[in-house]
Amino acid sequence: MGLMSKLGFSHLFNRIFRKKVSRIGIYGPPNAGKTTLANRIVRDFTGDAMGPVSPVPHETRRVRRREGVQIESNGSKVKLDVVDTPGLATKIDFHDFMAFGMTEDEAKRRAKEATEGVIEAVKWLDDLDGVILVMDATEDPYTQVNVTVIGNMEARKLPLLIVANKIDLPTASPARIHSAFPQHPMVPISALAGQNMDMLYDKIADRFG
Amino acid sequence: MEGIQLDLLSEDMLESMTPMEKIRHILDEVRNGKILVVEKGLTPNEQTKLIEMTMTEISPEDFSGIEIESYPVKQNYTIFNRFFGKNTVKTRLTVIGPANQLKTIKKDRDLISALVSSRS
Repeated sequence: MGLMSKLGFSHLFNRIFRKKVSRIGIYGPPNAGKTTLANRIVRDFTGDAMGPVSPVPHETRRVRRREGVQIESNGSKVKLDVVDTPGLATKIDFHDFMAFGMTEDEAKRRAKEATEGVIEAVKWLDDLDGVILVMDATEDPYTQVNVTVIGNMEARKLPLLIVANKIDLPTASPARIHSAFPQHPMVPISALAGQNMDMLYDKIADRFG
Repeated sequence: MEGIQLDLLSEDMLESMTPMEKIRHILDEVRNGKILVVEKGLTPNEQTKLIEMTMTEISPEDFSGIEIESYPVKQNYTIFNRFFGKNTVKTRLTVIGPANQLKTIKKDRDLISALVSSRS
C-alpha cells in the first residue's frame, strides 16, 4: 500500500499545518500514575512540578494545566500544553476513602470533589489535540475507562499514545497492554523511577510534534 | 419470586432514541436495580456522556455509580475511508448495572465475565 493511503490525507494535512503548541491531556483511571508522570515530564523540562501525588485514589480532583512545556528529544522539539486530569471512573464510593483512615465527612467531601473532577476531565476531551493514556501495567488493561478513552480518540481521529506505567513493579506486564490495543503505540515506563523516559520523549515528539 | 431483573436492549430499540434519551433510560433503569445488556453498545461519545451523567447523580448513601463493561470498539476501515482519513467506529455489546450489584470478574477482547448480586 502506498505512503499516501497508509498515512491518509488528514494525517498529512495535520503534519503540514501543524499547530505551534499541542494541547495534550494525560488521562487514565485513578492511581495509574498520571500526576506522577505529569510531574516527571514538567520537572525534566522546566524544573517544576504539577501537583501532589498520593496512594489514596482521586488525589487529583481538578484539572491542572502547564503551558508551553518544550520537550526536546533526539534533535526534535515539540511544545506542549500539558493537561493533567483527574482519574476517570464510573463509580465513586465514599466508603473506599474511609478505608484509608478518613473520617466519614472527609470521605464524603472527597467523593463529591472526585465526581466533579471526573466531569471536568470528560469535558476537557473536547479541547485537546491528543491524549497520553496512562495504564497501570500491573492491572487488567480492558477497563471501561481505557476502552472509552481509546474509543473517543479513535472517533475524533486524534493521536493517542499509551503509556504502560509502573514497570518497576514485579507483576507489571506491558506486553498484555500492547496485545490488548495493538493499533496504538505503547511505551513501557516507570514514571516514579524515571525508567524509559527518553523513549517516551522520543515517542511524544514523534506523535504530537 | 425474588431476583434481579435483566433487560436485553435491542439495537432497534436504542436506535429509535436520541443519545440523551438513551442515557436517561439507561440511568433510570440502572438506578432501579436492573442489569442491562445493550446489544450494540454505546458510541464512545455516548459512553463519556453516560459517565458524566452518572457523576452528577452519585450521592453518598443512595447511589455510588455504575459498572459498565463493553468490548473494545472495532474500526470499520475501507481503503476509501483510510485514504481520506475517515473511519467508522463499530460499537459492541455492553453490560451496565449498579456498581453495588454488578462486579466484573474478568474481561478481555471477546469475553465479559461478571458477578451479579442483590442490592447490598
